[in-house]
Amino acid sequence: MILKLVFENLKHRPLRTGLSVFLIGIPVTLMLTLVGLSQGMLADSARRARGVGADIAVRPPGTSLISLSTAPMSQKLLDKLRAEPHVTLATGTMVHPVAAVTMVTGVDLDEFNKMSGGFKFIGGGPFQGPEDVILDEFYARQRGVKAGGTIEMLNRKWRVCGVAEPGKLARIVLPLATLQDLTGNSGKLSQIFLKVDSPANVETVIASLRAQLEGYPIYSMEEFTSLISVNNLPELRTFIQVMTVVSVIIGFAVVFLSMYTAVLQRTREIGILKSLGASQSYVLLIILIEALLLSLAGSFAGIGLSYGSRWLMMKLIPASLTQAIVPEWWPIAGFIAMTGAVLGALYPAFSAARQDPIEALAYE
Amino acid sequence: MSKSSGSIIEIQGLRKVFRVGKVDVEALRGIDLDVEPGEFLAIVGPSGSGKSTLFHIIGGLTPPTAGAVRVANQDLTALGDAGRTRLRKTTVGFVFQKFNLLPILTAGDNIALARHIGGNRDGESDRFREVLELLGISERLKHKPSELSGGEQQRVAIARGIVNHPAILLADEPTGNLDSQNSQTVLALLRDLNERMGQTILMITHNPEAAAYAHRIVNMRDGRIVS
Ligand SMILES: Nc1ncnc2c1ncn2[C@@H]1O[C@H](COP(=O)(O)OP(=O)(O)OP(=O)(O)O)[C@@H](O)[C@H]1O
Ligand SMILES: [Mg+2]
Repeated sequence: MILKLVFENLKHRPLRTGLSVFLIGIPVTLMLTLVGLSQGMLADSARRARGVGADIAVRPPGTSLISLSTAPMSQKLLDKLRAEPHVTLATGTMVHPVAAVTMVTGVDLDEFNKMSGGFKFIGGGPFQGPEDVILDEFYARQRGVKAGGTIEMLNRKWRVCGVAEPGKLARIVLPLATLQDLTGNSGKLSQIFLKVDSPANVETVIASLRAQLEGYPIYSMEEFTSLISVNNLPELRTFIQVMTVVSVIIGFAVVFLSMYTAVLQRTREIGILKSLGASQSYVLLIILIEALLLSLAGSFAGIGLSYGSRWLMMKLIPASLTQAIVPEWWPIAGFIAMTGAVLGALYPAFSAARQDPIEALAYE
Repeated sequence: MSKSSGSIIEIQGLRKVFRVGKVDVEALRGIDLDVEPGEFLAIVGPSGSGKSTLFHIIGGLTPPTAGAVRVANQDLTALGDAGRTRLRKTTVGFVFQKFNLLPILTAGDNIALARHIGGNRDGESDRFREVLELLGISERLKHKPSELSGGEQQRVAIARGIVNHPAILLADEPTGNLDSQNSQTVLALLRDLNERMGQTILMITHNPEAAAYAHRIVNMRDGRIVS
């Protein structure tokens, strides 16, 4: 019977109900989008790292997994590594940021092709000159260029010599020497990839390298890609925690306002319930159940909206942001929204339960 | 113990004072009243004479300020908030001038909700179906209050008021919002409930014709019973 009363209340004011559901859905979407983004982008960078075809990655001392500072390693290291037993190929790349989430990567195309099997071009082909750039399909689409066109980057114009299938190392690839010169990093590298004669020897090589290159993070590619996860990135984890708190607060505020006005509007009805002998806990329960139902519906709305946000990002900026759908987070986000909702409903519920029945009945 | 242990309502020296800002408003200034079970009592008096306030105290909506009040063998001066809630739930039923049905629920659900609050989870009794017949609303239970006439709404409210078999039904100007035709129907129904089912009824009214349906008429003025 209480459920029926709550449902009828929700049905009676569809606009208010719909709006509350939508507003509770927003923080749920926010959370799911954020988590989906971090997982999507990490999965994407792991996939691209795998696409290099290397067995071992050597990174500069003092760098973390994702922070790709410019180019502190000397290119001379490359020759030293090539001379290592079991190492068949070695190539270095340089990474340079051009925008918040956009990096350009400089490669030695010949070496890189040997290691990775080369780019698969959808249009155009490899570098023809030093001012050429290879884009992946997503980035080309986002910038609206085709092979043969030009784009502006790093304060100059580049000819798009080729557009390649995504999934290899980077979205924007320049000739290594050009990028090094342009950024004043001649002879320097950001990371080095190695290929080993047999998978069985990967561990041996790593052990030997670790002994020689103290302080350099050295990973097998397997390790490297598996390390790319939210738990290994404290900044990202903090960010998600902050968003969680924000979500609770928004959920709290929405439900507080919504239930508070609902209680005011229903003062007279609450008076009627009390005149019938409804106890304080009965009235309390009605309000709390309503808040719970609103936030449950809001959670579903939020999940639906997160598909919408993914679609929108795929449409607008496929290269910059990749959002995954993360069903494991649905119950978590829903629980967080409901926590905010119940907290937000508590005060309105108590004020409803404590209303004086005579005054409530006299309320117009 | 008391002189009239058979009474269902025993009131001696009841006073009620409202504090409005810094001013005390004396709504009841010493009421003595006894009501026997099965009585149909009408209370009349000018506006502001304290009729509704008396009902609110008998019905456990507000506590008395002073005096002795016993309703169905419960001492209301000793009851707290929870005790008054229990009184409303089990011992009294209200009927209001403005019907006070929940607009979002159908007539049938309004009655069912009162049953639910009253803790009656079993099916409808034969007696109750009889009451619905008597009230002439059996066919109207699926409708929302807004789809019912005033007379029908008030009959639904009466059904709701007695659904938990209260010892006392308190009707505050039940015909105040009805035309004379509907008023007569509702008054006749109250009298039937009283005569056929022995329901104790207290009714406030401004209308002498309505008061004539009752066994006994009590006149109030300035917070006192004058006759
Ligand atoms: N909650 C309250 N706060 C302050 N004063 C009140 C309150 N309720 C009633 N009063 C006062 O008590 C007096 C009696 O009011 P009551 O409503 O009992 O009169 P009544 O006989 O029912 O009048 P009516 O015929 O107009 O319904 C009035 O002076 C009224 O202003
Ligand atoms: Mg009155």
